[in-house]
Amino acid sequence: MIPELGHFALILALCLTVMQSLIPMAGAFTGNVVWMQLSRSLSSGIWVFMMLSFACLAWAFLHDDFSVIYVARNSNSLLPVYYKFAAVWGAHEGSLLLWVLILATWAYAVSLLSRDLPIDILARVLSVMGMVTTGFLLFMIYTSNPFDRQLLNAPAEGADLNPLLQDFGLTVHPPFLYMGYVGFSVAFSFAIAALLTGRLDAAWARWTRPWTNAAWAFLTVGIALGSWWAYYELGWGGWWFWDPVENVSFMPWLVGTALIHSLAVTEKRGVFKSWTVLLAIAAFSLSLLGAFIVRSGVLTSVHAFAVDPERGMVLLVLLLVIIGGSLLLYALRAPVVKGTSSYGANSREVFLLLNNILLVVSMAMVLLGTLFPLMSEAIYGEANKISVGPPYFNILFLPLMALVAFFLGVSTFTRWKRTSFSHLRQQLTKVLIASVSLGIILPLLITMQIKPGVMLAVALSLWIVIGLGKDIMDKTANKVSRIAGLRSLSLSYWGMQTGHFGFAVVILGICLTSNYSVEEDRRMAPGDSLTIGAYEFIFEGVEERAGPNYMADSATIQVLKNGNDYLTMHPEKRRYYARGDIQTEADIQVGFFRDLFTALGDPRGEGAWVVRIHYKPFVFWIWLGAFLMSGGGVLAILDRRYRTRVRAGSAAEKARGDRVTTGGEATV
Amino acid sequence: MHPARKQKLMIVLFILLGSMVTVGLILVAFNEGLNVFFTPTEVAEGKVEAGQNFRIGGMVKMGSVVKEGLEGTDIEFIATDTNKDVSVRYTGVLPDLFREGQGVVADGYLDENGVFQATQILAKHDENYMSAEVKSALDAGERKQAEAAMAAGQTP
Repeated sequence: MIPELGHFALILALCLTVMQSLIPMAGAFTGNVVWMQLSRSLSSGIWVFMMLSFACLAWAFLHDDFSVIYVARNSNSLLPVYYKFAAVWGAHEGSLLLWVLILATWAYAVSLLSRDLPIDILARVLSVMGMVTTGFLLFMIYTSNPFDRQLLNAPAEGADLNPLLQDFGLTVHPPFLYMGYVGFSVAFSFAIAALLTGRLDAAWARWTRPWTNAAWAFLTVGIALGSWWAYYELGWGGWWFWDPVENVSFMPWLVGTALIHSLAVTEKRGVFKSWTVLLAIAAFSLSLLGAFIVRSGVLTSVHAFAVDPERGMVLLVLLLVIIGGSLLLYALRAPVVKGTSSYGANSREVFLLLNNILLVVSMAMVLLGTLFPLMSEAIYGEANKISVGPPYFNILFLPLMALVAFFLGVSTFTRWKRTSFSHLRQQLTKVLIASVSLGIILPLLITMQIKPGVMLAVALSLWIVIGLGKDIMDKTANKVSRIAGLRSLSLSYWGMQTGHFGFAVVILGICLTSNYSVEEDRRMAPGDSLTIGAYEFIFEGVEERAGPNYMADSATIQVLKNGNDYLTMHPEKRRYYARGDIQTEADIQVGFFRDLFTALGDPRGEGAWVVRIHYKPFVFWIWLGAFLMSGGGVLAILDRRYRTRVRAGSAAEKARGDRVTTGGEATV
Repeated sequence: MHPARKQKLMIVLFILLGSMVTVGLILVAFNEGLNVFFTPTEVAEGKVEAGQNFRIGGMVKMGSVVKEGLEGTDIEFIATDTNKDVSVRYTGVLPDLFREGQGVVADGYLDENGVFQATQILAKHDENYMSAEVKSALDAGERKQAEAAMAAGQTP
């Protein structure tokens, strides 16, 4: 009964989204306020029914209702209860339900929090979101209904959740990632609304920015969690593989990063308008492309959702309608939204534009590398199978990011509209000297090795960090006291600096861990030992251990630091009862400056096993930096100017346009 | 020249330079990062030269995995598309889903003795999941074998 309720709720939600896509939009065109007002109540109704539907599926999982096919395939009565809940989004159908629920949640949040928004814009925004939701709901109900039942001969036991997914990482990674993906639908809908009305002003950018920042912050955390999960759960010790599925989550991020910066320029200076709109459309389109690639199985990837060509086709059609429609609208209407002010060749606008272009180029090369196998197959035929490996991505991506980091450092000291070269030179000389010399000296002193790549990366991150430190000092120098000065800086300024600081931390983490990791795969018999730096790993043997729904070969590895007892590690090889899957469970000791990573390979007779032991310096900084970036986004959302009620419309817009931005206001 | 035109010229030159550098980098990167996929039959037909990096896919032949008597973490097995076999040698930790009778994809190169020296064995998430590459390799292998059997039957 409960699953039918869930199914029914889905269908009701679909009815409401159809109304949502038609009525408020029609109201906006005819000026019917009642129809436009309907968008608010409809979005709350859609959200309530999606929640209800989600709750029903969760109920089916928690009560082991194996007559629901989706539950039978992805759960098991032995599964711990928190994994039963996480299993709701553990495979295609349920994760799609989560996706639509999140879409409905964003729309509901927009309707609740955008009280300052003129009703005609709100109606259009929610209507566009309603159209997207309709598409996905149709897709779900027709091809991937999670509530499908098998009432006759219902299995007595479920097939269990894929063991890789039985992990805290799974519980949090997809929701964050989807919050990010789907969150870009808000920016997308705002962009479509702007194209429809032809109104794209500073007020529009101010409404759009917090939503875009929020989506971007979620996506950043989602990708970081995915990378962290791959690092400790897949047992390979790597944190990024340039796998197609990683790439498709990374592309919206790159464009989203460009978008939040371009939006800043649009808000502050009223330029880059059509570029901003295009980025907003691109960010969401790439999210949809990601959904298509992951779920259609057109590309070989480690992420194997149950693959079904029919679903792929339906998604492709949905994709073409949404992307094609929005780009067509853009082509027709983009001339309407023109920039209103000018800027010099050496201004903050130009440096932000440069980084925007670099980010979009990076996205394009990731896209090319990801889709190239498909294109080559289409052109040269089935037999010609090609894959694009990490060297391709590294060769292209690293120089591009180095340029991004360099321009980022410069743009901190530029001013809107026009900056004199002498001002820039004066500001940057000291920063340049300090970062380059420290970048060369520090790695040399610490490791006694000369690695140009490391020196460049260290210099670049110092370039950013010293630059932003100097900027904060300069901005607070003329205040009564430093503390008063720090307090006078706006939250969005702090958000920008935190985000950029996080980027520098990521660069350092990636560079140091790639260059200085020690990775050993050894055959070890009980009593064998391996020394890496100050650490000695002693393999003591493997014992059997029973878990709740698996049996494990659990190794004991004693770790000595400088000859003293330090810790005991227990990497495991687990065999899950339900499916007989084998799963490596790495044991990792996380540290601020280094991780110790151990994983168990296969047995090699006489108690000997293949053991993987890694020493990974600064790997933690990769995720730390990502969280800092995300925190920067959150700080920017909390800025006061998004909370004060600004009267929308031409008067407010004019007032803003006249005001010259100075000091803490002149932030990105 | 008019300042506005000069500025436009600079922009055009900048874009031109940028795109040339990008295209150059892409060509270099493709050269380094592209892996062509070959089936064991294609390898047996001599389509690959020794030392050339490529990707091979097939099934791990039943009973072909050898661990005993090898150094350290070395392992040997035979990748097959049911038509032809290729010996594979690998040093390191195997992915969880590597086992006899299952699909396998490996990156590496052929040495002088015709043994595939794998630098990486790719793991797949799901037991029932077979990569499209392996599947078509196996299909092609079976087709070839059927053709060979037909040919043998016609000319006894």
